[in-house]
Amino acid sequence: MATLARLRARLPALREECFRRNGAVDEYRKKEYKAAVKIQSWFRGCRVRAYIRYLNSVIIIIQKWWRGYQGRRYFRKMVETAYFIMKMNFYNEMAVRIQKRWRGYYVRKYTHNYYALKKYLEAISVNNEIVRKELNEYAEMREKEKKKKDLEKKEKEKDHQARKMHYLLSTEQIAGVYNSPFRKSPDPMELLLRKSKPLSHRQQPAKNHLICDWSNCTRSLTFPTAQPLPPIGRQKPQGPFRDTAEVLQQRYKPLEPTLRVAASINSLEKAREEIKREEWRNCVHDNEFLPFSSYHKKEKYDPSIHRSGRYDQETYGIKHFREVQPKKWIADKLLEWSGMWNTSQI
Amino acid sequence: MSQRQVLQVFEQYQRARTQFAQAVAELASRPQHVETLQNAGVMALLRPLLLDVVPTIQQTAALALGRLANYNDDLAEAVVKGDILPQLVCSLSEQNRFYKKAAAFVLRAVGKHSPQLAQAIVQCGGLETLVICLEDFDPGVKEAAAWALGYIARHNSELSQAVVDAGAVPLLVLCIQEPEIALKRIAASTLSDISKHSPELAQTVVDAGAIAHLAQMILNPDAKLKRQVLSALSQIAKHSVDLAELVVEAEIFPVVLTCLKDSDEYVKKNGATLIREIAKHTPELSQLIVNAGGVAAVIDCIGSCRGTVRLPGIMMLGYVAAHSENLSMAVIISKGIPPLCTCLMEENEDHIKAAAAWALGQVGRHTPEHARAVAVANVLPTLLSMYMDTHSSEDLQVKTKKALKNILQKCTYLPALEPLLHDAPPNILKHIVGQFSKVLPHDSKARRLFVTTGGLKKVQEIKAEPGSLLQEYINTINNCYPEEIVRGIYQRIALSHLKKSICRRPSF
Repeated sequence: MATLARLRARLPALREECFRRNGAVDEYRKKEYKAAVKIQSWFRGCRVRAYIRYLNSVIIIIQKWWRGYQGRRYFRKMVETAYFIMKMNFYNEMAVRIQKRWRGYYVRKYTHNYYALKKYLEAISVNNEIVRKELNEYAEMREKEKKKKDLEKKEKEKDHQARKMHYLLSTEQIAGVYNSPFRKSPDPMELLLRKSKPLSHRQQPAKNHLICDWSNCTRSLTFPTAQPLPPIGRQKPQGPFRDTAEVLQQRYKPLEPTLRVAASINSLEKAREEIKREEWRNCVHDNEFLPFSSYHKKEKYDPSIHRSGRYDQETYGIKHFREVQPKKWIADKLLEWSGMWNTSQI
Repeated sequence: MSQRQVLQVFEQYQRARTQFAQAVAELASRPQHVETLQNAGVMALLRPLLLDVVPTIQQTAALALGRLANYNDDLAEAVVKGDILPQLVCSLSEQNRFYKKAAAFVLRAVGKHSPQLAQAIVQCGGLETLVICLEDFDPGVKEAAAWALGYIARHNSELSQAVVDAGAVPLLVLCIQEPEIALKRIAASTLSDISKHSPELAQTVVDAGAIAHLAQMILNPDAKLKRQVLSALSQIAKHSVDLAELVVEAEIFPVVLTCLKDSDEYVKKNGATLIREIAKHTPELSQLIVNAGGVAAVIDCIGSCRGTVRLPGIMMLGYVAAHSENLSMAVIISKGIPPLCTCLMEENEDHIKAAAAWALGQVGRHTPEHARAVAVANVLPTLLSMYMDTHSSEDLQVKTKKALKNILQKCTYLPALEPLLHDAPPNILKHIVGQFSKVLPHDSKARRLFVTTGGLKKVQEIKAEPGSLLQEYINTINNCYPEEIVRGIYQRIALSHLKKSICRRPSF
């Protein structure tokens, strides 16, 4: 009972103690709670961070690979474009070369051929010289003709005058006007007078009729002579046609057959024969050259299956399947030998 | 009175009439008496004589009338007003050839003065009678009728059409084939007058087959005939390309070139006209003429003639050179430029000078080679002086300006451009300085020459508005030279100006 009393004595202190301890615990509980919360939150934070770190590293790997892939794709595209551009540049350059040649050819052939132009101009100057020379000759000829005509006219005039003045001829007694005694030889007019026949008055032409004066057509009657020529109505063909020489050249171009067409059908055999003949020609002697080894001569002849077998149907697949030789059976042989033993023992 | 005395009276009267008619005809052939005759009222007196019984009096009266009407157009109008024409026309068909000749002469004399008088002849049915005369056997009658038709058709295209509608053209083509030279001449002249108005009339003449005969007659030695034939062919060829080609197809080349060497001036002129009319249509026709040596012949022809006769030849060269640069080069190598230069300098008439300037412009405008060929002939200063001359006609000034511009735009031959720097007006100067600015940056020898001949100095003296094309050219030229030279020249110019102004001030 003492203990009980002691315990009861301690009881109110207990309550306070309990209360105090609970209160203290309470305080601590808050602290501990806070601490626990802190620890937990930190730990959770650590976990999450670790997770995030993990995710990050994973993501980095993914992104690394993805970016690498994109970069390689882009690079591939760049390389393709660059290659394409390189190719196009090359093609362009080649095309430029072709076009350069073609344009040069075309211009020189169809638009402006420098040498042809030069030749043409030279031809023109040569032609001009010829034309000028001929025209000059023609003009000179005309001049000469005119002069000749004038001279003839003058001569005729003189003759006519002389004939009219035939009475001025000198006689034995009276020296004429043109035959003065003080001259060494007579004047040429005098000579002319001597040659000419006197003119008779009756041969004067009749005076022209008044009305016909002002017209030059003095011949009386004419009939219309020539047939009228048909008009030059030839129609020039329309349209820009090609140069005739070009067309004719194209039309009558000589045939240039291909090798296959040009070669005759027996040409192969002929060629072979030709080769053989040539070889035969070129041979010095006709014996054929033999090889050293006569190995192939000793070869045994292997006949074929058809030759080596019987000439009738094969019985193997039809009458039997295995090859059976009953004469070689050992059992019979054994019997045979046993029979011999038996006979020898008795 | 006895019968004989009565008859004597008639004979006297007849003799008097004959004498009167012959005397009037005689007097009418001299111009100084015509006025007096007109005042004396000769028309009224001659008119009844036309209906006289005696054919000789009729013919003489008709002849006198014709001569009077020929003299001037008042008398011709009097003939028309006096209603003489219908009488003449009606009586023409049954009379003899002398009367026909005289009547045709009257119609010609009336018809030549003006279109209205010719119209009067057409209205009174004169054309049909003239065409009937063309079918006559007598060549004199045909000639007179053809002459009358030619004078009527000359005036305008309606009258020509009327002549063609009367059916004259086939008969004229027949007349050309006659052996008489005078008839051929007149018929060719009439065909030329008919075809000159319009392409349709020319086509009608061509359809009657005239070209072949005309082409044959070029070879005839008679000069007047050749004139008319060449004139007819050129009137036909001038209208269109097809007609020109038809004329060329009649193979006139190279025969027509001999006409350019003829002694007669007008044959040369008409020959050059024909070639010009053919050359102006297309480059192919010009090419044909060049290939036949026509250019050389025309150049020689220009060199040998003087005056208006040269004009068609000059124009022909211009037309040929205008078509293409190859043809222009052909003209140059046929030595065409020296005659053109002499024409430009020697001739007095402005229109010939204008034509020569135009032709030179056409030759030189294609490429620098062509411009160089023209510039080497030293013709640019002449052109410039003509352009600046106040006495030149406007046409000449315009043509020389265009020619100068055409040549200067392509000219790179600097020694010829230098003299022009000093005299040229601003609008031409612009082109000259422009050419210098194109050539000088690339040619060092030319730069040196430019400075030594004083051209750079001249360029500095030019005052140009800043920002204008001229200023740009001047800047380009200045940039070709180092600063010191340009500045030095500038200073020298300024000094010379200063000196001039000092000298002008009066001395104290």
